[in-house]
Amino acid sequence: MEWEAVIGLEIHAQLATKSKIFSGASTAFGAEPNTQACAVDLALPGTLPVFNTEALRMAVMFGLAIDAEIGYTSVFDRKNYFYPDLPKGYQTSQLFHPIVGIGHVDIELEDGTTKRVGVTRAHLEEDAGKSLHEEFPSMTGIDLNRAGTPLLEIVSEPDMRSAEEAVAYVKKIHSIVTNLGICDGNMAEGSFRCDCNVSVRYKGEEEFGNRTETKNINSFRFIEKAIKGEIERQIDLLEDGGTITQETRLYDANKDETRSMRSKEEANDYRYFPCPDLLPIVIDDEYVSKLRDTLPELPDARKARFIEQFKLSDYDAMVLSAYRDLGSYFETVADKAGDAKLAANWVMGELSRHLNQNDTEIANSPVTAEMLGGLLQRISDNTITGKIAKQVFEALWAGEGSSADEVIEAKGLKQVTDTGAIEAMVDEVIAANQPQVDQYVNAEPEKRGKMIGFFMGKVMQASQGKANPGQVQGMLKQKLDALAG
Amino acid sequence: MALDRSDVEKIAHLARLQIADQDVQEYAENLTSILDLVDQMQAVDTSDVTPMAHPLDAVQRLRLDEVTEGNQRDHLQTVAPAVEAGLFQVPKVIE
Amino acid sequence: MFEKTLAELAQGLSSGEFSSVELTQAYLDRIKAEDGQLNSYISVTEEQALAQAEAADQARAAGEAGAFTGLPVAHKDIFCTQGVRTSCGSKMLDNFVSPYDATVIEKFNAAGAVMLGKTNMDEFAMGSSNESSFYGPSRNPWDKDRVPGGSSGGSAAAVAGRLAPAATGTDTGGSIRQPAALCGITGLKPTYGRVSRYGMIAFASSLDQGGPMTRTAEDAAMMMNVMAGFDQRDSTSLDREVPDYTLKLNESLAGLKIGLPKEFFSDDIDQEIAAQVQCAIKEFEALGATVKEISLPNTHLAIPAYYIIAPAEASSNLSRFDGVRYGYRCENPVDLEDLYKRSRGEGFGAEVQRRIMVGTYALSEGFYDAYYKKALQIRRLIQQDYVNALQEVDIIMGPTTPHPAFKLGEKTSDPVAMYMEDIFTISLNLAGMPGMSVPCGFAQGGLPVGLQMIGNYFAEERLLNAAHQFQQATDWHKQSPVNA
Repeated sequence: MEWEAVIGLEIHAQLATKSKIFSGASTAFGAEPNTQACAVDLALPGTLPVFNTEALRMAVMFGLAIDAEIGYTSVFDRKNYFYPDLPKGYQTSQLFHPIVGIGHVDIELEDGTTKRVGVTRAHLEEDAGKSLHEEFPSMTGIDLNRAGTPLLEIVSEPDMRSAEEAVAYVKKIHSIVTNLGICDGNMAEGSFRCDCNVSVRYKGEEEFGNRTETKNINSFRFIEKAIKGEIERQIDLLEDGGTITQETRLYDANKDETRSMRSKEEANDYRYFPCPDLLPIVIDDEYVSKLRDTLPELPDARKARFIEQFKLSDYDAMVLSAYRDLGSYFETVADKAGDAKLAANWVMGELSRHLNQNDTEIANSPVTAEMLGGLLQRISDNTITGKIAKQVFEALWAGEGSSADEVIEAKGLKQVTDTGAIEAMVDEVIAANQPQVDQYVNAEPEKRGKMIGFFMGKVMQASQGKANPGQVQGMLKQKLDALAG
Repeated sequence: MALDRSDVEKIAHLARLQIADQDVQEYAENLTSILDLVDQMQAVDTSDVTPMAHPLDAVQRLRLDEVTEGNQRDHLQTVAPAVEAGLFQVPKVIE
Repeated sequence: MFEKTLAELAQGLSSGEFSSVELTQAYLDRIKAEDGQLNSYISVTEEQALAQAEAADQARAAGEAGAFTGLPVAHKDIFCTQGVRTSCGSKMLDNFVSPYDATVIEKFNAAGAVMLGKTNMDEFAMGSSNESSFYGPSRNPWDKDRVPGGSSGGSAAAVAGRLAPAATGTDTGGSIRQPAALCGITGLKPTYGRVSRYGMIAFASSLDQGGPMTRTAEDAAMMMNVMAGFDQRDSTSLDREVPDYTLKLNESLAGLKIGLPKEFFSDDIDQEIAAQVQCAIKEFEALGATVKEISLPNTHLAIPAYYIIAPAEASSNLSRFDGVRYGYRCENPVDLEDLYKRSRGEGFGAEVQRRIMVGTYALSEGFYDAYYKKALQIRRLIQQDYVNALQEVDIIMGPTTPHPAFKLGEKTSDPVAMYMEDIFTISLNLAGMPGMSVPCGFAQGGLPVGLQMIGNYFAEERLLNAAHQFQQATDWHKQSPVNA
């Protein structure tokens, strides 16, 4: 019998508001502990919450983006439990009437097909603070800066069947929330977090197996590894005659394994009830339709347009449409270069490699879209070769000039197309490599094509890469063939 | 509905209240008599009645997304029982 | 001077008969001398009071005095006061010096009022007798062996005992009206949302409402002019214009329609109370009002519904008291659970723990529908009763309490018997409408009786008008336990 994994995900996306969901404290990341925790965030006696209008707007935008039912009346509930980084002793959340109801997203699978994944709901809630266990020998330190940061918890249906599908889903949600500008998507800082519910069953079975929930996964790669590991662990356990305990597990990236969380062992009774300090949030059609008008082009639509407009391959279009800033960057480059395929290759190749190596966001790229577009123009019009273009790119990345033309000029990288100059170099190479010329001359005519590469290399070397390769090749062939008679 | 000792202990744990052994029985009796009192509600048919969580049918007001609170750590931590390096201290939590 | 109302004191200040410093000092001296018996204050803020009084006198000298400038008041120790201990009557907050002011306190400060101190109360406002206070019970000035009522018992005792000309209170199930009745003073619970709850330590958020406790309706109107108003920090506060509550006090009551709910005049209530209330109704008829019997058929369900809703909200509201960021923390906790359980077990008194447990139980898995949801449905039935009745009549009247002040210790062993004392006040908190208690006589040889007056949402002006007219025609409110 074949095993099948069943995966459902809960994604917590921190909404990119300036202030907290219920207080006027800043949500900025990285401040000194407890410097962004005001009286409301500390749950001082007598303090009360007031709801942030931007958190509402962002949640509704997400709902519209995944074609979901919008909760015209949504209600905040209290989820009661004690934990030191939860100052009120309850988390304000939405259980009974969430702001976003049933929706869906489409994910692209490796075989090129598309799969629809259901989104059960998305609700607003407040983030907790942070417990720092390593700072002190016998104490845990509590930093409440994060407490009250607005979260959108996006709950999927258990529709995914493999770690790859799960990652494709997470990436799709990630690209939607960042495209909407409602979340900065920074996984390392915890702005976008994922809990994975995993169970396994025999293929064809209806019933779900016991599931585990793995928390604390902060990269796409770790999500994939954690789910794969958890599926394997469950299958091994079941095949050995064991049973799966319904539990919360923690992913340890260093050991690449999940382990049971002791502190969450106890079955909780959260005693949800409507928060009496907050009133029902009521929105109307006018509010929703106004927001609908402000929806930016979303990844799926942009991908289709890229294929249509720029004749990109399905894969290139998907990669380039996933993020708004990447997509706009590409479009600017393509417009300026006048060659979309070339632009796609450079953005996905040279640029992405540099961004990755330098751990930099596209917004901070030293090579702007205009600069790259200008560079590619010079390839298209034969001013420089592709190889020289890489040198120019390096120079631009290093800040040695504000445009490709400036670098080309300053470094004298312009392609040599002067027939006389090329002819002189060709003659010199032929004269200096008599043995190879002899081989060429004596070879069968159909084998000569390959042998010309040697001379090409020598000429290009002599020109420091600047000679126009087409011209060099033509001239070499003409002269060598003449020697062969 | 009569509550017994174990019910009281379970509730006290959920509410994180340390209750002395000798008081558990009395709490069980008190809580039972309160629940007897509230059980009068069960005689009423409320199947068509919309629950009323707030006295007025008002809706939530929205706050502009503005940072209005600066760093008040020192001031707010004057009332804290245990603070070090700006962090509130609790006994070590093992996850 | 101690028999003067706020209105009279305001006149004295403006005519220069006495200064705010003199007035404040006189009250501080009297508190020092007399409060040992009444225990109506938890904290007396002498230094701040004199500083505020001095500032008030300077403002007056500079021609910047308002209607409330220099008037001394006491605040229930449930309102957060910056730099002053705010205990909520609990060991849990015995060490809590609030870092901020409640909106109500800010408003009194802005009006130039002088705070004499913080008054005693049932712990976290949970009680009807003041006996659950960590600081010991306050006593009824009319009979010091009896309770002043609760939870705003300290405020009521202070005003009745002439230890403050006026005080603030809060009312979750009758906590302003019941002690006002038992101590023979005037108390108003405004419409829910009329007075900001920001900085007023929450007991049951959907029921709590702050209000004035005074000698007279006129004084209550003056207090409301300071206290009422929209607060953007409280989501349940209502953005609605605040009238000058003193303007309509003198309107005639001719044609006023009074409804007497038959459920409020059952055989269970003290017959002397019933008789005094009937006399008061006659007085209103003499003032031009008409009276008819009405029905609030779900009255008997108010206590059951309340004792689910209030404890449920309280169980959650009081979770923040965990010994981590402020308040009582147990000695040498061995682990986190120990920290929580002992800090809360030692910091909260028995009644608070009882209610937290009832609320925890009512919300726990499997019981939510049977208890909490059911109680919210009953709540709507009760509200509908009032809405329907108030379409027929302008003001509903009846006794505030079924009995006059009871003896200390009389009901402490039977929580349910204690809860029944709030039978006539509790339903109004569920409905959210405003209600008052005004003195209307004495029972059992000298214990005050309160007349409860209930109006429609935002009908505070109407209630104050009716109460003021009644007080122009009677002198029950002028009786003083100090002279008696």
